Amino acid sequence: MKFNRLLCGVASIVGLMAATANAETVKIGVVLTYSGGAAELGEQIDRGMNLFIDQNKDAFGGNEIELIKRDSKHPGGDIAKTAVQELITREKVDLLAGFIFSPNAMASAPVINQAKVPMIIMNAGTAWIPSLSPYIARVSFTMWQSGYPMGEYAAKDLGCKTAAVGFTDYPPGKDSRDAFSTGFEKFGGKIVESLPMGGPREVPDFTPFFQRVKNAKPDCFYIFVPAGNHAVSVVKTFTSLGMDEAGIKLIGPGDITQDTKLQEMPKEAAGMITMHHYSADYKTPANIAFVKAWKAAYGDDTIPDFMGVAGYDGMAAIAHAITAQNGKITADGTMKALAGWTFDSPRGKISIDPETRDIIQDENVHKVVWKDGRLGIEVIGTIPQVKDPCKANAIGKCAE
Amino acid sequence: MQQALAATISILFDGVAYAMLLFIISVGLSITMGLMGFANLAHGAFAMMGGYALVSLMLTLSVPFLPALALAAVIVAIISIPFERFLYRKLYKSGELDQVLLSIGLVFMTTAAITYLYGPSTVSVPVPDFLTGQIDLGFSTFPTYRIFTIVVGFAMMIALWFGFERTIVGAKIRAAVDNRRMAQSIGIDVDKLFVLAFALGSGMAALGGGLAIEIIGMSPNFALTYLVFFLIVVAVGGLGSIRGAFVAALILGIIDTAGKYLWPDGGAFFIYALTVAILLVKPEGLFGKA
Repeated sequence: MKFNRLLCGVASIVGLMAATANAETVKIGVVLTYSGGAAELGEQIDRGMNLFIDQNKDAFGGNEIELIKRDSKHPGGDIAKTAVQELITREKVDLLAGFIFSPNAMASAPVINQAKVPMIIMNAGTAWIPSLSPYIARVSFTMWQSGYPMGEYAAKDLGCKTAAVGFTDYPPGKDSRDAFSTGFEKFGGKIVESLPMGGPREVPDFTPFFQRVKNAKPDCFYIFVPAGNHAVSVVKTFTSLGMDEAGIKLIGPGDITQDTKLQEMPKEAAGMITMHHYSADYKTPANIAFVKAWKAAYGDDTIPDFMGVAGYDGMAAIAHAITAQNGKITADGTMKALAGWTFDSPRGKISIDPETRDIIQDENVHKVVWKDGRLGIEVIGTIPQVKDPCKANAIGKCAE
Repeated sequence: MQQALAATISILFDGVAYAMLLFIISVGLSITMGLMGFANLAHGAFAMMGGYALVSLMLTLSVPFLPALALAAVIVAIISIPFERFLYRKLYKSGELDQVLLSIGLVFMTTAAITYLYGPSTVSVPVPDFLTGQIDLGFSTFPTYRIFTIVVGFAMMIALWFGFERTIVGAKIRAAVDNRRMAQSIGIDVDKLFVLAFALGSGMAALGGGLAIEIIGMSPNFALTYLVFFLIVVAVGGLGSIRGAFVAALILGIIDTAGKYLWPDGGAFFIYALTVAILLVKPEGLFGKA
């Protein structure tokens, strides 16, 4: 793979500006999954970051930036933590960015907290991650931002009285389950099944779990699986068991209708409803321009998905923090600069909540449609500027 | 009552479908381990090659699903011959550690090669329409593809049984498994049998790998991820026993499915507990020779 060459210790120097007297070089440690089954997720964020840098050479206030990339390999947390330690002690990075899987961000949090190195999370969506350190800010999403409104929407708009929940058994899966269940039950729904469906590393055979749900006959079946390969298998199993004909609606966070995986799904995916903050199919001028630039940079057969846009927006946040501090990065200064930062992202208006350091953004109801010979996303509803409901309602670990 | 019946039917059906997949892939491993005494951890790599051969045949060369499936098995069977001739053969007399090191090395090399050629993600193939959807058998509906898998599994079992019990080649292989030196001394060309059995086993694995794409998915980690399951089938069934591999695959498939269905939090716990229990009582496996 061509991006393998970027691995391990190869530093890419970008943003070479005419050196002014007070220009600084800001070192950014990037921890992403560059190998294994989830390598494409790392590639998305990587491309998103680079696209922003290429398009906005003057956004960094005349400072140079250097990206030092490390491979976190799998969702286990251990390799990411080692990489973060090495980036901080040996490479002396000013900032850390990336983090696809929640356990990787969680394992790294104590390290960055002690070393006082700010961390910009570009995916990892478990709601309580920013509570682990005052130096964490998140530009991606939280599981509650999609799960909780999805619960409300399923109970009120989709008319589901009962629901089953299936989730991949690791922190964001449990988080998404809690988010959906809380929202769904608050608006009168009843959860009839709650099934852990294997771990995040390998895609399991979902059939036994789905068969159980099929026999339980709920109105809605809410599923969280990590972005990437799991989702295709979910939809295939769902259709091959004929759960659609059995009157069960497949719903979930947008992770299961990721743009880059949509075309691998069977046609029967049409009709799925998910709650999410981004799709490459959004028809807003900002997004059309973004997708066009993406294709121009990486090829016509590529598209961005919510990870790509998080990498793009994350780099925008980093550029803002660097410029605001004139290239002299401190943890407190970075968090101060990011508090209340707003940005016109391809996904719409986003901002960082000063209190929780978490993102505030629109959540859209996505409907999968079959149109022009391909599966696409249609927006059929919007919940404007959602703050993370877990922290807003101080639920569980979010209260700490 | 209705609920319990539906659950039982679901578990048995899915369990048998999964079991057939395990049987088709693992039976070759059982034969090679029983016949050659070679601890071939790379067996799953041949299954993986079969899966990716199917992907290339269908997506690049536009071969229809069923012929592609058969062709993938044949191609991998042929590819496996030089492996046996030039690599495995050298280590038949070596200790198990050498064999394990060679074959696990092959697994890593295959994984790397496939990642290089096909990328690290899971792959899928378009399954023809007549194999998608469900078939209504009156009391319940079943996914067509899994019925197809079960049919293929039983057909393979019958073909193997016939080949081993009713043909001369089968008799020779059984003789070589029972007592290689005696077989050699009465003029059976055991070397040739080894190649044949190895290619057959690898071809079967490739067929299983092709079938597996639609059920458990296919990624460059396949060979390593499912290695434990293949080994359990062989260990529980007993080395060199086709019947053993069949029964062990059924037990494993049904118990694993039942565990996931009835107690999802328990995960894969059941099959490991069962494996330990069976091997404690019968260390040589259900149908193995002590």
